[in-house]
Amino acid sequence: MRCARPAPVLIVLSATSGRAFAAPPMSYLSSAGRMGDAIAPLTWGLLGVAIAVVVIISALVIVGILRRGRGGAVSDTPIGETRATSWIGIGVGLSTLVLIGLVVWTSLTMASIANPPSEPALTIEVRGHQWWWEFIYHGEKPNQIFETANEIHIPVGKPVRFAVTGMDVIHSFWVPSLGGKTETIPGQVNVTWLQADRPGVYRGECSEYCGEQHAHMALAVFADAPDSFEAWRQAQLRDAPAPASDQTRFGEQSFIQHCGACHTVRGSPAAGRVGPDLTHLMSRSTIAAGVLPNNPGYLSGWIADPQNIKPGCLMPDLAISGPDLASIRSFLLTLK
Amino acid sequence: MTAIDQSRGLPVGSMGRRANGWWGMITLIATEGALFVYLLFSYFYIAVQHGREWLPPDLPSLSLSIPNTVILLVSGVAVWRGESLLIAGRRGPIVAIHILAALVLGLAFISLEGWEWSMEKLTPASGSFGSLYFMLGALHLAHLVIGALILAALALWSALGYFDARRSAPVSIGALYWYFVIVVWLAVFFTLYITPRLSLG
Amino acid sequence: MTVAEYDRVPERVDSGYESALAHSLEETWETKPGLYGWISTVDHKEIGVRYLVTAFAFLVAGGVEALIMRVQLARPNQNLVAPETYNELFSLHGITMIFLYALPILSGFSNYLFPLVLGSRDMAFPRLNAFSYWIYLASGLFMYGSILATAVPNDGWYNFAPYSLRQFNPGLNMDFYALGMIFLGISTTVGSANFVVTFLRMRAPGMSINRVPILTWGTTTISVGNLLAVPAVSLAFLFLWTDRQFGTHFYTPESGGHPLLWQHLFWIYAHPWVYVVVLPAMGMVSDALPFFCRRPLVGYVAVVLGTITTMTLGFGVWLHHMFATGIPFLALAFFSGASFVITIPSAVAVLSWVATIWTGRPVTTAAFHFFAGFIALFVIGGVSGVMTASVPSDLQLTETYFIVAHIHYVLIGINVFAVLGALHVWFPKMSGRMMSETLGKISFWIIFIGFNVAFLPMHLTGLWGMPRRIYTYPAGVGWDTLNMITSVGAFILAIGVIVYFANVVISLRSGRIAGPNPWDGPTLEWTTPSPPPPYNFPVIPQVASRHPLWESRLHDSVGESQWRRGMPLDKGKEALATTALDGLPDAILKMPEDSPAPFIVTLAMTAGFVGLLLQIWWLAGVGAAATLAGLLIWLWPERELAQRAEAAR
Repeated sequence: MRCARPAPVLIVLSATSGRAFAAPPMSYLSSAGRMGDAIAPLTWGLLGVAIAVVVIISALVIVGILRRGRGGAVSDTPIGETRATSWIGIGVGLSTLVLIGLVVWTSLTMASIANPPSEPALTIEVRGHQWWWEFIYHGEKPNQIFETANEIHIPVGKPVRFAVTGMDVIHSFWVPSLGGKTETIPGQVNVTWLQADRPGVYRGECSEYCGEQHAHMALAVFADAPDSFEAWRQAQLRDAPAPASDQTRFGEQSFIQHCGACHTVRGSPAAGRVGPDLTHLMSRSTIAAGVLPNNPGYLSGWIADPQNIKPGCLMPDLAISGPDLASIRSFLLTLK
Repeated sequence: MTAIDQSRGLPVGSMGRRANGWWGMITLIATEGALFVYLLFSYFYIAVQHGREWLPPDLPSLSLSIPNTVILLVSGVAVWRGESLLIAGRRGPIVAIHILAALVLGLAFISLEGWEWSMEKLTPASGSFGSLYFMLGALHLAHLVIGALILAALALWSALGYFDARRSAPVSIGALYWYFVIVVWLAVFFTLYITPRLSLG
Repeated sequence: MTVAEYDRVPERVDSGYESALAHSLEETWETKPGLYGWISTVDHKEIGVRYLVTAFAFLVAGGVEALIMRVQLARPNQNLVAPETYNELFSLHGITMIFLYALPILSGFSNYLFPLVLGSRDMAFPRLNAFSYWIYLASGLFMYGSILATAVPNDGWYNFAPYSLRQFNPGLNMDFYALGMIFLGISTTVGSANFVVTFLRMRAPGMSINRVPILTWGTTTISVGNLLAVPAVSLAFLFLWTDRQFGTHFYTPESGGHPLLWQHLFWIYAHPWVYVVVLPAMGMVSDALPFFCRRPLVGYVAVVLGTITTMTLGFGVWLHHMFATGIPFLALAFFSGASFVITIPSAVAVLSWVATIWTGRPVTTAAFHFFAGFIALFVIGGVSGVMTASVPSDLQLTETYFIVAHIHYVLIGINVFAVLGALHVWFPKMSGRMMSETLGKISFWIIFIGFNVAFLPMHLTGLWGMPRRIYTYPAGVGWDTLNMITSVGAFILAIGVIVYFANVVISLRSGRIAGPNPWDGPTLEWTTPSPPPPYNFPVIPQVASRHPLWESRLHDSVGESQWRRGMPLDKGKEALATTALDGLPDAILKMPEDSPAPFIVTLAMTAGFVGLLLQIWWLAGVGAAATLAGLLIWLWPERELAQRAEAAR
């Protein structure tokens, strides 16, 4: 599959813009992946044309005013008329040529990103919820399938297929450094692909207004070297370990009682499907869809009072405190 | 000075197709016609998402809808005849009778459609087919009810002798609306009652 | 009782504005005094001014909503407003600006100016004109009533399903919006019908269709667009309302509906709508910029064709709002191509204005400042739109602040700047006083600088990935400084708007007295006193070119326009109808007196919509019945309007 190769000048531009001021994590002017590599030069090219047009027309207006412009009363300046319709003909002609060029470039880019460069190494099902991301890793056999939430790992240098759907309202799955947006629409599955060409962490956010906490629905994509990815995948496939101490055993009971209706921990009786799968909660860097760092302190705060941190989210305040909170936390900390 | 003929008499007031109201009715038909275009778009958009299994097991019945179509077409002829008589110089009662006949036929349509709906197993809430079937039908019916009120007013005004061959604009304008209602019915009828029976490959 | 007549050979008399004829016309046409007159007036000039005042009031309301949001977004992680309040603010801001300000302000200018620039006594349907205003006011108040009910629309102005369905949005918020928009749609539709028929019928003799001002081309074109587009959104909202009240399944995927049906119906309307709210503004600039360049517009025919083409193509691009929704490749390619093509007719207008400035002799009045700024901002908004026409690029740009920057450049740049300039031009005609040039130029610079400080960096905010419609954002993602700059710019813009309104208020009271033609303009409105009398013209003008008042000074006029001698049409309230293309006299029309029917029918409709909103079905029924009764009385054939045959014949 032929990919559009950006002109050298544009590579330099996009690279330097990225490094000159430590490119913001959500910027798409520089790309870390195959799809983004096709889109970013096109965006830069369109931007260049846009700026050029603005400069030219503004200059014509300003010079036109300065040439023969004056203040004062209108009636002091006599009426006149000269033929000038050639302005329109020439301008329309030039615009048409430029636009044709842009249409051709657009079409070539569209064709190059329509399909992944090779057979996808992996298929991940994405389900948008109010206000978190459910990810289901597909496998050839049922025991190769696992679920996680809000954070995914993918192998570097290989295309990954994403089957995207919505579970309640329309959300939009977007990781700017890697590619464009795909909406999660209830009743429909949209298929897209992404490929990360450099290892790293790439931030994404929901980009279709979906209700009260649309602002707090981030996701993270970890692009790992193939062995790290495989190690991660194997770890994710394992069930949660049985609790080893009294406190964690008590914590598991408390967890099932308070949280099991909504959350799943594979290997325990908790099998709720309303909220994220927590089997490997501690393998994630953030909680609450990218809102808080994942450490014991924030974890406690989140469990104790989710409505304070993310008002309107579907996790209720269950008034868990004191020893209950401590034991649940100690159980959760075992879910690596 | 551009030569504009200064010596011709100009008609005064609402005269047939010179009446502003005639032009206004055309704009109304354009916009309400667009509404039905979008309704049909919605029907076919949802239909192609699902294919054949979207249609209900009992398709909307032709046994009442075909007679109803005939009733509307005849009412259109009655209106047309009444308008022609008026423009030809006949007045008052004869015109009113024709318009009244169309009104009665319109009321018959309303009754038959109401009866058909009462026997229909589907409801507006029984899936998207039911919703579209009833919305298409109900919006057409609403336009027809307005048309019936217009016919009633025209019949009354004709009977009161308001109109003659030159002052006939309201009748022409109202007739135009009635023809619009009939044409919309033909489109709705074709969509709801005929297309499900065509083999949609 | 007027003498009945079926035909008349109209006389021709000489008259100015001080004659006996003028005085008798004044008595015939003036609005009745007191509250009755205020409710019943059908004077297009009074109705036009009402539209302007009401639309500006909504502009201020929308502006306040924006400023609150900008305070909240100035720094990361702020909690000045609750998340749901913020969501209601951005929704109401969009609804207010796009529906309650952007078209009504242009309707105000069009209503005021159409008969004056076309050489007529009134619009084609004076009572319908009043009706369109009253419904606009009622539907705007209806939607703002949601604030009192603490159920403000909260799903953005484009209101996607399924979030708008009752399952996710149980309160009255969406019902206010759905019913309010159906209600407003009635105003838009009847107003559009009025402009179309007026344009085709109510012109001065000799004003063939290639001699009418560009404003009238712009407004008429978008009125045709509205007639064809508004039903799509009314239907979309009707489907939404029945899904919410009666459990229908238009948008619910579980029962065969589809959320994307909403998006299709909405965007089929809303994309043409963006041209609706800019083409008349562009028309006003096309008409008024030449005054200040001391030459006719370059390429009248090209600009007219560009206007019509833009509106027509505007119906063929709606899918570009849906590029990320998973539509087939061929559809993506077609709509992307169409979105590029639509740039070209817009470019025609820009080139025409630039050529008019370049080959003219610009006089840099305050109005000219606004028009020059308008051109630059138009181009910026236009090219950022071109960037989104390209599908791959749009998949990154869409739903980010880049789009917010784009829409504000086109909406504020094209609509607001044109409006502010147009008010400088026609305020003297409307009020008899000039606006202050100095204050005008100061207000221009503050507004221009504030606007660009607020919105130019916003392109970068979007390119750096900030999504739309988020009530806050985290620190450390690179958006902090840009948001602060935008918020500061927004306040500067607000100050500029305040200065502009101060100019209006001060000038109303103590502006320099304006004569009939302070700008030495070429078109018919500049032949009347400022402000014009209720009857506009004592005798019907005859027109021989596009620039009646410049004919003696331009070299290509075919003849001589005439406004001091013509038909008096003074046997009651009368106006002339002309043929659509050539502008030849076609009929003498009898125009209606002031009437309370439009106001009363509006009240009945409001009662009906309130009944539907609150599910008080008997009230809805009463409202509907009262509406029909009111319409019947309104349309009852009247002898004075020559709608009835003569009894004794």
